[in-house]
Amino acid sequence: MARDLLRFLTCGSVDDGKSTLIGRILLDCGVVPDDQLAALERDSRRFGTTGDALDVALLLDGLDAERQQGITIDVAYRYFSSANRAFIVADTPGHAQFTRNMATGASNCELAVILVDARKGVLAQTRRHSFICALMGIRHVAVAINKMDLVAFDQAVFDRISAEYQKFAAALGFQSVTLLPVAARDGDNVVHRSTRAAWYQGPTLLEYLDHVDVRQDAATRPFRFPVQYVLHPDPDFRGLSGTIASGAVAVGDGIVVAASGKATTVKRIVTFDGDLLQAEAGQAVTLVLADEVDIIRGDLLAPPRDRPEVADQFAAHVVWMSDQPMLPGRSYLLMCGTRLVPARVTLLKHRIDINDLSERSARTLELNDIGVCNIATDQPLVFDAYAANHCTGAFILIDRTTHATAGAGMIDFGLRRANNIHPQSHSIGKAERAAALGQKPQILWFTGLSGSGKSTIADLVEKDLHRRGIHSVLLDGDNMRSGLNRDLGFSDADRVENIRRVGEVARLMLDAGLVVICCFISPFAAEREMVRDLVPAGEFTEIFVDTALEECIRRDPKGLYAKALTGKIPNFTGIGSPYEVPVQPDLRIAGAMEVAVAVDAVVAWVMARQG
Amino acid sequence: MREAAAVFRKPVMLYSIGKDSGVMLHLAMKAFYPGKPPFSLLHVDTTWKFREMIAHRDAIAARYGMKLIVHINADGVARGIGPVASGAALHTQVMKTEALRQALDAHGFDAALGGARRDEEKSRAKERIFSFRNAHHGWEPREQRPELWSLFNTCLHEGESMRVFPLSNWTEFDVWDYIAAEDVPVVPLYFAAKRPVVRRSGTWIMVDDDRLPLEPGEVPELRSVRFRTLGCYPLSGAIESHATTLDEIIAEMRAARTSERQARLIDGEGGASMEAKKREGYF
Ligand SMILES: Nc1nc2c(ncn2[C@@H]2O[C@H](COP(=O)(O)OP(=O)(O)O)[C@@H](O)[C@H]2O)c(=O)[nH]1
Repeated sequence: MARDLLRFLTCGSVDDGKSTLIGRILLDCGVVPDDQLAALERDSRRFGTTGDALDVALLLDGLDAERQQGITIDVAYRYFSSANRAFIVADTPGHAQFTRNMATGASNCELAVILVDARKGVLAQTRRHSFICALMGIRHVAVAINKMDLVAFDQAVFDRISAEYQKFAAALGFQSVTLLPVAARDGDNVVHRSTRAAWYQGPTLLEYLDHVDVRQDAATRPFRFPVQYVLHPDPDFRGLSGTIASGAVAVGDGIVVAASGKATTVKRIVTFDGDLLQAEAGQAVTLVLADEVDIIRGDLLAPPRDRPEVADQFAAHVVWMSDQPMLPGRSYLLMCGTRLVPARVTLLKHRIDINDLSERSARTLELNDIGVCNIATDQPLVFDAYAANHCTGAFILIDRTTHATAGAGMIDFGLRRANNIHPQSHSIGKAERAAALGQKPQILWFTGLSGSGKSTIADLVEKDLHRRGIHSVLLDGDNMRSGLNRDLGFSDADRVENIRRVGEVARLMLDAGLVVICCFISPFAAEREMVRDLVPAGEFTEIFVDTALEECIRRDPKGLYAKALTGKIPNFTGIGSPYEVPVQPDLRIAGAMEVAVAVDAVVAWVMARQG
Repeated sequence: MREAAAVFRKPVMLYSIGKDSGVMLHLAMKAFYPGKPPFSLLHVDTTWKFREMIAHRDAIAARYGMKLIVHINADGVARGIGPVASGAALHTQVMKTEALRQALDAHGFDAALGGARRDEEKSRAKERIFSFRNAHHGWEPREQRPELWSLFNTCLHEGESMRVFPLSNWTEFDVWDYIAAEDVPVVPLYFAAKRPVVRRSGTWIMVDDDRLPLEPGEVPELRSVRFRTLGCYPLSGAIESHATTLDEIIAEMRAARTSERQARLIDGEGGASMEAKKREGYF
């Protein structure tokens, strides 16, 4: 299995013949078994687009729905090999929603085969695909100019399209661009040389794939080892397991834990098949270090002289993959290497229009958008620029509520050395202030629809607590919006920022030792979770005032629903903008509950925690 | 595999006794060396496996020192479900798909490692390495998470689970090459030997015990056969072969012109039947 492995991606517009091309490669490489061939003949008659001839494209489509629609939807992987190399083909769709899928397919590929229909030439879609390949760090492209049979294998057509592509691709900085005239349906210049294009002297597609040199010299780059698993089967053995992301390591080498800077040396390189003296990129090994240093999953080992960056802010390109738009300020989980940390987009600099690569101003990123952002992580992150190292410069953003993979990012550069910001440590802290007040500080977070009764209940709760000698403060949506958050509106992005600021204020108040009562519709679960994460466990109580929308509309104390229902307030929660119901609130106040009963319940909760 | 062990609360390895499972288990032994893999093996026994498979399973668990959980759908047995009596589709549904769900729920496993490969079948080509299942173990092709680079999103809510396929990118050749290179133990049924078989649906079915009702005129005959994939014996077709060593098997495969699942009778009903089963929680 030491045979060379090449992973490549295929892209093209719908009907350029991509599936036909891959099917053709598989067929002509002889990897299609007889029984599948028989199934293909059967299917060709049922679904095929080529009349009675074999429709080799049908070798590929897997999912029922898309087969019926006649298009490929997601990334599919295919395997074949020549005498020289094994290949993994990532097949991605060419339709309009392609960005997310292409980015996914491209992330693990070294090369892209881009299809162009000889009759149509370089299309907007060709440019978009090429740009995404470049963005994802693909260095080599082969442009297969397909359906040459339909232009009578005319060399002039080929030359014209080649020149046009070369001209446009120059700006993308590919290391190599190779153009080939093919006819996928008939197999010309795919695996077998065409007899119809005598003027073409270059390689067939397979010859090209077989010999192209895509080495990224992963082994000569600095050593990077993301710790995947700490292996500690018995008291005498403690090893760090993982796959070497880049570079090489040998017994006796000095290394540092990148985040903490702790230094030690490699004592053993352990594998099941015996210890090694050295190991390099791609090998899965277990390292035993000379000293007991604190290391957990998520740490990165590096050589002392060639360390990665450590920062809690960086600039990155982000490809958005979720139906839920990316909202600056919202907290996501960021995964980089084996590390998982909360992170926010602090600034969306611009969106890139992939039609002309121009920069467009944007406040959010929608599905399939590409943006340039600044990102802040809750703890310092260890990374390299993506251009220098894909393994340590790539990350994904995970939606905290749905756990969907919402975005994929490539780090451009660090913004600020985390080492230079030390939080001031003062002599009087939260504990001292709370002690002086003789109470335990906490946040009571009321969430619910407008008119659900949050403010009424909160007001009575504060009155009751006040009588009991509890020092408190009440933060209320309308009051915050008339001051600190005066600049914010009601778009999703502004709602996120609104709650972020409120959360920070609540935390400061908590530090002052107070019981902080917050009344905010706070419609999104992600932001409520973000505030919870800002403070120590147990100091945040989410109270869901669960009054049905119909009841809120009936009450309509401020006449807002009336306006919203007639379209005068566009983004009103519950009408034109969603409310995400808390799944597991700490306290739930049912709509039918007497106000006095609800107040007693909340007060009892607070007092139980005063100890 | 280390990833799965590191991030999930309670992972389990599905051990189906086949060659892919064997390779996966061998890789796990290597991945956690000098420790042991921090999970148990789970075998969903349909009660219709070849006897040699069961013997191999117990020998392997003992040899590697792994804890083995065997789950049988007792309800299915009580209802008398079997591949012959109930037909392949119902048998698979009850004794494999439902049984697997029962076992995962009963033990509270949040991740199950399996030996499936993308090259096996069309709908598997789009399967993720970390494949998300909802709280009912259902697989929704549209809800699968994109997998970029080597970054696997393994976040789960209570009740949801993940199927993990470490061998996704392996082909059948890779598996055999690896078995040869690493001397991975496999069930002797993969090697040719004289076995009692009958001819059915264009393939050879082995008469492994007396539960297989013979059709009128069927007389078991001894032929030199071997299996490319193993499952329930009445559903696994053998091929005629004289390959008795790994080298001969690999050589035979290079010359072969049929795919390995061909001999599995459950796939026959149209290319997308596997996909329909997966939505319900089949591997
Ligand atoms: N004449 C001709 N038709 C082709 C060629 N390659 C593909 N086609 C046809 O173009 C159509 C679209 O092909 P398909 O592979 O499904 O395109 P995809 O959408 O890019 O996957 C089908 O009808 C193919 O038969 C070719 O080289 N010559």
